[in-house]
Amino acid sequence: MIRGTVVIAHDVCKGCELCIVACPQECLGLSDHLNARGYRFAQLNADTCTGCVNCAIVCPDSVITVYREPKKKGSRL
Amino acid sequence: MENSTNGLEVVYEKVPTLTDTLMHYCPGCSHGVVHRVIMEVIHEMGITEQTIGVAPVGCSVFAYNYMNIDMQEAAHGRATAAATGVKRVHPDKFVFTYQGDGDLAAIGTGETIHTVNRGENILMVFVNNGVYGMTGGQMAPTTLAGMKTTTSPFGRDVATMGSPLRITELIANLPGALYVTRQSVHSTAAVRKLKKAIQLSFEYQKLNQGTCFIEVVSNCPSGWKMTPVESNQWLVENMFPVYPPGDIKVPKPPAVNN
Repeated sequence: MIRGTVVIAHDVCKGCELCIVACPQECLGLSDHLNARGYRFAQLNADTCTGCVNCAIVCPDSVITVYREPKKKGSRL
Repeated sequence: MENSTNGLEVVYEKVPTLTDTLMHYCPGCSHGVVHRVIMEVIHEMGITEQTIGVAPVGCSVFAYNYMNIDMQEAAHGRATAAATGVKRVHPDKFVFTYQGDGDLAAIGTGETIHTVNRGENILMVFVNNGVYGMTGGQMAPTTLAGMKTTTSPFGRDVATMGSPLRITELIANLPGALYVTRQSVHSTAAVRKLKKAIQLSFEYQKLNQGTCFIEVVSNCPSGWKMTPVESNQWLVENMFPVYPPGDIKVPKPPAVNN
């Protein structure tokens, strides 16, 4: 399985949950505490992220940066 | 938890055509996604220096604070008229307007129709969420029949208040319209389709053959009194029967030199 991860800018996230619904791996969730703007922010809860970028594509505030392991030579992906 | 990014490559990040200013939009608002998709296309096509946007009045009145390109603010509803002037003075630049339904389909209906009728060579992005979001969720011309808003508390009564205005279909009938399409941003697939439509529109603008018009069926969690996730679900169930997504007018094949 391809390994990836996301880095979420917690201080600008508004906790709209659209990324949580969009994640096919169900590895995103809302935090238990608030950010400086008073929102519960999105965070990575499990290490099953594949770097599919679905969360970043639906994010209205562009807070998500997606990382993925480089393609291997000969890989069909 | 945060995984280590060691040995991983960045596959998606915020484009430099978006500023670092915090957006004032409500959580889950489609405006943010539409802003980002337009700016991604401009960045990827490498036309940052050649593009001029025209901002409207409405929720997206501060679009010029978020888009890191040359922008012009226009009077309420007159974004297409301002864009006409910009494009005629700078015919070599890419010009687009960004308007909501209160701006484009209510106060600016006259300007909109006449701009398309003249076939001005601009792109018009029309974000339709069926209410006046900025002023507190009042009824707009595009409000669905029976839909409750603060000024139609018993639902929009078609007999006295008219039917939802499908301005995109209206515009597609005008000879000046080159490319007319209706998209949405409620899912990843929809966002990708919108991105393709915007890309295509900027390509068509090079051909100088008419107006491109993209309607984006959008949500308004605050105006509809729903969570962002619920509002996207409601959009699919209620907005799409009235505003079905898809291409309404596409140029005949010779228009594109592939």
